[in-house]
Amino acid sequence: MTLVPILVLAVGTYAFRLAGPLLRKRIEVPDSVQRWLSLAAVALLAALVATAALTSAGGFSGWARPAGVLVGALAAWRRAPFVVVVVAAAVTTALLRLAGVP
Amino acid sequence: MGTVDRPLIRDVAALAAAAAVVGASFGAIAIAGGMPVWLASAMSMLVFAGGAQFMAVGVVAGGGSPVAAVLAGLLLNARHLPFGLAVADVLGPGWGRRLAGSHIMTDEAVAFALAQDDPRRRRTAYWLCGAALFVAWNLGVLAGALAGRAVGDPAALGVDAAFPAGLLALLLPTLRRPRAVERADSPAAADVSSGQRGGTRLAERVVATVRGDRQVETAPRRVALAGAVIALAATPVLPAGVPVLLALLGLVVALV
Repeated sequence: MTLVPILVLAVGTYAFRLAGPLLRKRIEVPDSVQRWLSLAAVALLAALVATAALTSAGGFSGWARPAGVLVGALAAWRRAPFVVVVVAAAVTTALLRLAGVP
Repeated sequence: MGTVDRPLIRDVAALAAAAAVVGASFGAIAIAGGMPVWLASAMSMLVFAGGAQFMAVGVVAGGGSPVAAVLAGLLLNARHLPFGLAVADVLGPGWGRRLAGSHIMTDEAVAFALAQDDPRRRRTAYWLCGAALFVAWNLGVLAGALAGRAVGDPAALGVDAAFPAGLLALLLPTLRRPRAVERADSPAAADVSSGQRGGTRLAERVVATVRGDRQVETAPRRVALAGAVIALAATPVLPAGVPVLLALLGLVVALV
């Protein structure tokens, strides 16, 4: 990886990030549209959760990771503090891998 | 920002710690792939997107062209456009905040903002998470790049499970909010949802639709489920990044 492709990636990424706030500055968005934009973020985040929990490189991730995420999800569902959710997920996955689960 | 509540700082710190660990592994991998330390650090500060950085470096290490690496990274990062539209108000007024706030936009900062109820807390959460992750990520990358092979595999620590679990925890309040609204609006809602079908349920829905609040009520849950299913179904057949974008089609279920 050399400097030029990195710069192109950086500029393109920043353009994606900046486009939303710039577009929104020019147009006044009614509440109903804002609701839809928030829903769009929910769809994207849910998709990220699902794919990050279950897949890697286009295939199944193995059981250790989804098991950890499931434990974290149960903790979150029981309204455990966020730190507990994150640590419980990581520790579960780490222990499973230690035990030889992929 | 004034007084920032301690739970928020604690929550953000947990994610920042995980980001530093993953950052260290990126630093080590970048160096192993032949990048000098300064370049790995510069990439992390300028691109500041973990997934895209791993992807780009991986493509080149696997013998792919730099053009393919850039395209793969950009495809992963395209989701920031809809994210930016959603959180534009959260960044705050003025050019400075817009320019800087856009650069520190991450999935986690967006999720942290959406998890808050009022605009003030939203802004605080976004900036705190964005800034903390930026610092933690870049320090992690630098440390990993300097340590090189000494950095172990982050998978052994299970951090790859920490991020989806954290995002899910941040998403839950949004998915839960609807039921609370429903209950507050109609005392009969609990009975209706526990089995009673037909007329009453339909009437409730019609009333809610007419009042225009049905979207905020159950839509987040259905949209989240549809988005997750679409992305999972598309993952084996489409390049990384596209399945997540395709999840936007899940918005359709908010219409029915």
